[in-house]
Amino acid sequence: MEQFQVRGTVERRAVGHRHQAITGVNASGNLEVLVERALPEHECLVDVSTAVTGFRGIWEAVIQEFFARSSPGGLRFSINDGGARPDTVTLRLMQSVRLMETEA
Amino acid sequence: MSNLLQPQEADWYEAPARERVAGLLDPKSFAEFVGPEQHAMSPHLAQFDLTGAFDDGIVVGRGRLDGQEVFVAAQEGRFLGGAFGEVHGAKLVGLLRAARDGAKRGGPLAVLLLLDTGGVRLQEANAGELAISEIIRAIVEVRSAGIPVLALVGGRAGAFGGGGIITACCSRIVVSEHARVSVSGPEVIETNKGVEEFDSKDRALVWRVCGARTRYLTGGADRYVKGRIQDFREAAIALIPHAPPFELATLKAEQRRLAERLQHFGDCHDAPEIWRKAGLPQPERIAEITDDAFLAIQRPKGADHDAR
Repeated sequence: MEQFQVRGTVERRAVGHRHQAITGVNASGNLEVLVERALPEHECLVDVSTAVTGFRGIWEAVIQEFFARSSPGGLRFSINDGGARPDTVTLRLMQSVRLMETEA
Repeated sequence: MSNLLQPQEADWYEAPARERVAGLLDPKSFAEFVGPEQHAMSPHLAQFDLTGAFDDGIVVGRGRLDGQEVFVAAQEGRFLGGAFGEVHGAKLVGLLRAARDGAKRGGPLAVLLLLDTGGVRLQEANAGELAISEIIRAIVEVRSAGIPVLALVGGRAGAFGGGGIITACCSRIVVSEHARVSVSGPEVIETNKGVEEFDSKDRALVWRVCGARTRYLTGGADRYVKGRIQDFREAAIALIPHAPPFELATLKAEQRRLAERLQHFGDCHDAPEIWRKAGLPQPERIAEITDDAFLAIQRPKGADHDAR
């Protein structure tokens, strides 16, 4: 298991007014993402807890690209990962941002 | 999440716990207790180098079913096999005790347990075993207070170990084809007694012994449904008003039913022998036929006693 944080500064505040959402399941090859509107509007943060050790560099690249694409300003993400592939991680992160745009 | 499929149209087996709850209850009526934002996670898993889940693998809360308030708990069978740990168990015990205490004020109408579990979580086994005992006691208290407790089983983990016992303690049990309900799981039996006693890789055998169709035909489940979330919802709505009172007469009737079942079928070695003895049509094909054909079968005598 490995735990770390990835921080970013982005242009825009994330759309919507929902306070929190959760998507995915911590299962083999999958992950759960809890997202909360908890930061100043240009900051974002991902707390990663992954079952697989040694891939921090790839996590940081995937998350920074997600920050650049989605501009999730003000959102704090918490991840419990069961060994998901990078594309699954990106998908879940984008799903969580999409959920924050909807009504609870 | 998907805009293509309404939640109640989704498949129970494929849906995660939160989608099952969303589709089972009236739209947008669910309010969660101890939600994932509270990070009520297992304090034990990190010692085993395992990542946790923000809800410890169970969603509990209240909502409305056909307009009436119910309490609901849903296990996530894909997180550690839906197994019971300390926090996971405590959330369910708390929900059941809240239902019991609510009975004095007239609610909830019922408690729905969406079980999907391999049993006790090995990494926190003592806490998990204690939780199972507390849950069983709490179910008895809820039922004694006049509130039915329904088990809905159709997930990938089935309902095994303590989860199988919990299922059997419920007022009513609903299953779909994927469901398996038992105490010792196939792998456990094979490990302890050898592959000749039970081949856990023989899926047909597993389902013949503890699968939904066998459970339904022998009275181990009260309702067999097709696999949509909507089907479980309709079954729950239909069964709640007819749940038997939890009293001595009910238990004695169930004891009689089980004794008769043992007398009739005790010497059978496999499910088709039971079906043949019970006079069911094409006993060898029970596992293969469609849900519609299966639902058209008249259950054997003794399976439909209103005893549980």
